[in-house]
Amino acid sequence: MDAEVFRAWIVSAAGVIETNRDHLTQLDAAIGDADHGINLARGFTAVLGALHAAATPPATPGAILTMTGNTLISKVGGASGPLYGTAFRRAGKALGDAADVDLPALSAALDAALAGVQQLGAAREGDKTMVDALAAATRAFGKAIAEGASQDDALSVLAEAASAGAEATVSMQALKGRASYLGPRSVGHEDPGAVSTALILGALRDAAQAGR
Amino acid sequence: MKKLINSPETVVTEALEGVAAAHPSLSVDVENKVITRAGGPRPGKVGLVSGGGSGHEPLHGGFVGYGMLDAACPGEVFTSPVPDQMLLATQAVNGGAGVLHVVKNYTGDVLNFQMAAEMAGDEGIEVIPVVINDDVAVQDSLYTAGRRGTGATVFVEKIAGALAEEGADLAAVAAVAREVNERSRSFGVALSSCVVPAAGKPTFELGEAEVELGIGIHGEPGRTRAALGPAREMAAVALDAISADMPVGGDLLVMVNGMGGTPLIELYLMFNEVRKYLEAHGGNVARNLVGNYITSLEMQGFSVTVCQLTETLTRLWDAPVDTPALRWGR
Repeated sequence: MDAEVFRAWIVSAAGVIETNRDHLTQLDAAIGDADHGINLARGFTAVLGALHAAATPPATPGAILTMTGNTLISKVGGASGPLYGTAFRRAGKALGDAADVDLPALSAALDAALAGVQQLGAAREGDKTMVDALAAATRAFGKAIAEGASQDDALSVLAEAASAGAEATVSMQALKGRASYLGPRSVGHEDPGAVSTALILGALRDAAQAGR
Repeated sequence: MKKLINSPETVVTEALEGVAAAHPSLSVDVENKVITRAGGPRPGKVGLVSGGGSGHEPLHGGFVGYGMLDAACPGEVFTSPVPDQMLLATQAVNGGAGVLHVVKNYTGDVLNFQMAAEMAGDEGIEVIPVVINDDVAVQDSLYTAGRRGTGATVFVEKIAGALAEEGADLAAVAAVAREVNERSRSFGVALSSCVVPAAGKPTFELGEAEVELGIGIHGEPGRTRAALGPAREMAAVALDAISADMPVGGDLLVMVNGMGGTPLIELYLMFNEVRKYLEAHGGNVARNLVGNYITSLEMQGFSVTVCQLTETLTRLWDAPVDTPALRWGR
C-alpha cells in the first residue's frame, strides 16, 4: 500500500465520519454531551484541508498519518483530539518514511496506535471506549496476517473485528470518559468512540480494496 | 428550541467578537480563541490560565482580569480547547514567574492541558496544573473518570488569582488552588436539558415533573432521575450529598449557581433554602455568590458549591477583583 492508498483512506474516513456525523452525535447524546460526531467531522474536514493545502504535500504513508494526527490534535479538542491524534501520530511514526507499506508494517503501525491511545487515556478493553474497537481489530488483524490471509481478506477481518468490538460495547458499563459519570445507565448504548474507530478502520479497508 | 444565533458553525467566533467589543479590559484573539487581560503579561507575577468548552459563560473568559485569571481558552461548545490555544495563552501570560493551569477534571481538558504543559515546558515556561474535582455526584473510583470539576473552579480562580496578584510564587499559588479544591464540594440538579447549537436538539429529555440529579455542566445526563419536589427538597438533595462527603459546619463560602436558564428569583429562593439547611447543620454562610457563574447554555437548574473557609481563604476571597463577571474592591 502506497501513499495514494493512505491518502484515499483519510479521504474515505472523512467522508464516512461526515455521513455518520448525526448518528455519532446522537450516540454521544445518550451517554455524553452530544458533540462527538460534530467534533470528528470538524477535525477531518481540517485534515483534508491540511493535506490539500500543504506547501510540501506529505509524500509517504507515514507522513500522511502524522499530518492527520497533528491536525486532529490542533482542531478537534475534547478527549477525541488527543486520543485520535496520538493514534495517527504513533502509526505515522511507526511507518517511518517507507514509500510502500506491507501488511506486517501496517499491523505494527496499528499496534503502535493502540499503545499510544492506551498510554494516554489509560483505558483497557471492557471500559467501553474506542479501545474496545481498536484492540479487537488489531488483534484479529495480526492473527489473520499470521495465518497467511491475503491483503483484502486481512483488511476485511480488521474492519469487521472493529465493528464487532464497537457492538460489544453496548452491554458494557463505561469506566472511562464522560459516559462513566452515568454509571450503570451507560449500559445499553453503543460507545460513540468505538463506533467512529470502526468507521475509520472500515474506510481503510475500502481504500485499500478500491485501489486494486 | 429557539436560539439567538446566526449559524451553529459561527456561534463561538461571533460570541467572542461580542466579548471583545463589550470589554476593553480584555484582549480577545478571536482567530486563535484566546482571551487575555489587555496590556500583556505582568513581569514577575504568576500567570493563571484556564479554559474549557464554550457554553459555560461567564466561565472562563468572564473571569479574566485583575485578581483572577490572566487568560482563558474557549473551545467549541462543550469541547475542550486544543493544546495550541493553551500554549498561546501560556506564552501570553508568562511573566517569568511560571504559570498555573486550572484544569477541570474532564478527560478532554486534562489531556489537552497536559499536552500544552509539555509544549510550554519545552520552551522553558514552568507550568503547574491543578485539577479541580469537586463534584460529589460521581464516585471517585477506579470505575469512573473521576469526579468532575464544577463550581469550585470559580472559587479556585478567584482565590488563587488573588494570591498571584499579591506576588506569591508559583508553588504557593498552586498550593492554595489545591487547598480550595480540597475544601469544596458541589452538586447540581437539572430541570431541563440544554441544546448544543450544532446538535439542534436537547441532549436529553426530561418529563414534565422530572429532574436529573447529579448533573455535570455539559448537558450530559446525571446519575439518576427523580420527581421534582419543592425547592427545600431540591436543596436538601444537593446538600445531603455534599454533607455526606464533607462536613458543612463552620464558616463557609457558598455559591448557588444557575445553570443558565433558571431565573434569579428562583436562585435567591434556593439560596434561602441552602442557607437554612446549612445553618441547621452548624454552618455559617460567611460569603456567597448567587447567580449564573458556571452555566450549561440554557439548561434550567442549579448547582450548589460549599467551601470550608479559613481566615486566609476568606481574606483572598475578599481581595479586590475586576473582571466582567466578578468585581469588587476596586
